[in-house]
Amino acid sequence: MTVPIHQKIIFYLLLTISAIVIFAPAIIAFSMSFMSNQEIMTGTLIPSSFTLDNYVQVFDRFPLFQFLLNSLIVSLAIMVGQLTLSSLAAYAFVFLEFKGRDLLFFVFIATMMVPFEASIIPNFQTVRDMGWINTYTGLTLPFFAMAFGTFLLRQSFKQIPKELKEASEIAGIGDFKFYLTVVLPMARTSLVTLGVYGFLTSWNMYLWPLLATTDETTRTVQIGLRQLQSQEQLNEWGVIMAGAIIVVLPTLILLFLGQNKLQKGLAEGALK
Amino acid sequence: MNDITVRTETDYAIEFNKIKKIHRIQSFFKGILFLLPSILLFSVFLFYPMMKTIYLSFFLTDNSGATTVYVGLDNFKAIFSSPIFLQSLKVTLLFVVYTVPGTVLISLVLAILANEKLRGIGIFRTIFSSTMGISVAAASVFWMFLFHPTIGWLNQILATLGIEAIGWLTDPDWALLSVSISTIWMNIGFTFLILLGGLQSIDSYLYESADIDGASYFYKLRRITIPMLSPTLFFVITVSFINAFQTFGQVDMLTRGGPQNETNVIVYSIYQEAFMNYQHGSASAQAIVLFVIILVLTLIQFKLGERKVHYQ
Amino acid sequence: MQHVEMKNIAKSYDKEHYVLNGIDLEIEEGEFFVLVGPSGSGKSTLLRMIAGLEEISGGILKINDKVVNHLRPKDRNLSMVFQNYALYPHLSVEQNILFGLNAKKVKKQEQKKRLTETAEMMGLTELLKRKPKQLSGGQRQRVALARSVVSEAPLFLMDEPLSNLDAKLRAHMRMEIRRLQKKLGLTMIYVTHDQVEAMTMGDRIMVLNDGKIQQVGDPISLYNNPANLFVASFIGSPKINLGQAMIKEEEIIIEDCLHIPLQNADITNLKKRDHLTIGIRAEHLFKGTPENKTHQLEIINVEHLGNETLLTFEVGQQFWTAKWLGQWQVTAGDMVPVQISIDNMHFFDTQTTELVQAAPNVTRDQGVIAI
Repeated sequence: MTVPIHQKIIFYLLLTISAIVIFAPAIIAFSMSFMSNQEIMTGTLIPSSFTLDNYVQVFDRFPLFQFLLNSLIVSLAIMVGQLTLSSLAAYAFVFLEFKGRDLLFFVFIATMMVPFEASIIPNFQTVRDMGWINTYTGLTLPFFAMAFGTFLLRQSFKQIPKELKEASEIAGIGDFKFYLTVVLPMARTSLVTLGVYGFLTSWNMYLWPLLATTDETTRTVQIGLRQLQSQEQLNEWGVIMAGAIIVVLPTLILLFLGQNKLQKGLAEGALK
Repeated sequence: MNDITVRTETDYAIEFNKIKKIHRIQSFFKGILFLLPSILLFSVFLFYPMMKTIYLSFFLTDNSGATTVYVGLDNFKAIFSSPIFLQSLKVTLLFVVYTVPGTVLISLVLAILANEKLRGIGIFRTIFSSTMGISVAAASVFWMFLFHPTIGWLNQILATLGIEAIGWLTDPDWALLSVSISTIWMNIGFTFLILLGGLQSIDSYLYESADIDGASYFYKLRRITIPMLSPTLFFVITVSFINAFQTFGQVDMLTRGGPQNETNVIVYSIYQEAFMNYQHGSASAQAIVLFVIILVLTLIQFKLGERKVHYQ
Repeated sequence: MQHVEMKNIAKSYDKEHYVLNGIDLEIEEGEFFVLVGPSGSGKSTLLRMIAGLEEISGGILKINDKVVNHLRPKDRNLSMVFQNYALYPHLSVEQNILFGLNAKKVKKQEQKKRLTETAEMMGLTELLKRKPKQLSGGQRQRVALARSVVSEAPLFLMDEPLSNLDAKLRAHMRMEIRRLQKKLGLTMIYVTHDQVEAMTMGDRIMVLNDGKIQQVGDPISLYNNPANLFVASFIGSPKINLGQAMIKEEEIIIEDCLHIPLQNADITNLKKRDHLTIGIRAEHLFKGTPENKTHQLEIINVEHLGNETLLTFEVGQQFWTAKWLGQWQVTAGDMVPVQISIDNMHFFDTQTTELVQAAPNVTRDQGVIAI
């Protein structure tokens, strides 16, 4: 497929304009995080000076490091939990035959119809009554079971030839060993996809951490940002932006690294 | 002689059936064991809360959310006669109308552009999908500045064009639109990524044979790309719908539901009712309404998408 | 001692339609036994039932005189090679070969010993560190074989193991598998749809069609004494020539066009039957000379194979093929003299398709054909 030169130019033009528009909010925030407050207040668009002062300030005045650590722990825990539970469930749906399997599969589909927001009140009560407010358990446990992840991995497990399972049945390899030593290594691409997706969504979670944390011990960075924004009011934009940039940096890097896999994997899990 | 063989065969058959039954029970427990963690957590954090929400919606509650008085359907009657809740339903629907077509159309155009095999296309793909990695909180902070009445870029651009400044987040006529614009921006990344994946799974021989026939760019777009992409499009449209109904973070960050409840979408309304006013009963009634809406949307997706979206 | 014994084995998924029915079979220890049949005949299902991968719906299966119907695959002490080899793509050749041994709790030292022996025997010593992706088709096949060999199970099951290989490699692997089986004294049950494989490899062959046994026997007797029309046309290449036959007083008329005088008193018992189908192998449509011929037939196609020539004739509704040794410069349209003898004909009942009488010449003296 060769594209004529004039068509190429049009494409590049359109792509560049779109890219600038899409990326502008992030770029503006990025450049603001290096500007002095004075410059921002006078409405300067292009910074004339460069200062790291905002970053120093945001770490000084806020337990931002603690928030980052909390977010990291929470996101990693949810990611590992989701991967474990989804892969176990997907294994049962693909490689095991038993009565009631189809019914249970239907139950998993049904869970997709219940939005978390609609069941958030009793969930809050449960976590509160268990004494899990301000704990990592309370922040992560409700998200371990995941129908979407189960479907995505089920799709990927189905690509594994049935003969591999049969060969190991004849050799006397048990299901759990087969799951650990054959299925998981063979499906690692999908596991990475789901892992990246799970980490991204957990890191960016907003409503639940807002409810499940009341102090700074386990507060995640998103709620930290909310706190920063509401306390700073409208005066210290540089500091707020520095905080926001720090918040998005880990997920952006992860996204850039895993973009290709995400793009293929998510469409597959959703559409097949 | 013959009799003996017959007898032993039936004896065997009885024995086999017994063992088969044991095997069946064993494999049942094995299957359940693999599913148990998920089933357990779904029960505690999904099915039980769903039931509890329905239960709560028939009661008044105290500050801690414990039920006090059974009121039947009064909570539902109350919310449907409350102008604030009706306003929040209206706002939510408007929000859906503002965000869903915008998100899908813009993402589709971007995906089609980014699907061209050009040098350096990877950079553009990365940029277009980047908003998926930006959290609601951070994105809201970015846009809060852009919407700022005096130093925000939007009003500065308007000023250079000689147009009067707009109170993006403070003017009741503009607030919902502003939140919608920022929401579209946030959702573009994910939608773009899914659509690009859909485009890339279209077999290239379709285009090659169209090229041989001398089809124009837009003809190919209309006759090959869009029809082949329809299952993916269908999926992103439903997901966008559901996401729009579940919106919370940007409202909380940007407007807190104001001005004059103009951006008080349903989840924010539930949040306020339950966790600011401590009315768990009436908040649960609102949650049920949200649940029904999403249930209907999901069922529509399963029904309409049956042929394209296979889960079995 | 029978190694594998089946009594009235049946398989049904819905208790109404039977995929397999009434299978009675005994396979001797050390025997190379081939299950052959067209796709859908139930041969793979039968093999998978022996392996324990499919439930047995009815009948009794014994291995080593022990009833095993209810045993799980791992407790049946057998090994299986699959059509797609079922190699674990993320493991090296060595890990693939040893994968099952850990589960059987074989000691590390013993594992090592078996690995070196097997690798040497199969010519895999140089490849042990590679991944299956880096191997050729034949090498993968050998790894799959090695995995079975290393398990030291006395019963080998193979499900169409050669069908993913090209023709040349297939011929080579046939020989290798056969040699391996003899060397290790294995009992082999081998499933294939390819009658050439069945004929060249099997000590005995079972022909299966529509879930029923058609015939069991050694390759030569299947070829010479096919029990029915199905076996006759399934075994042998080119396919046996068939024709509707009518017996008149002094002659037999095939397809309303070939008249052959009847002299042989042996076939008088055929006269009572109205509907007969005759079968004659391609190598028995001999070349005649202008002086010494029974019929003159028109050639409609010629295939030169180098050492022999295949000629197609039109006989009534049928196409008949003749196989003549050597190279013959004839072309389509030529009329050639042929010799057709009733002594080389098998007679089948057209309605039941059962064999009525095998060709006397073939059964009387096989030496004639061998020359």
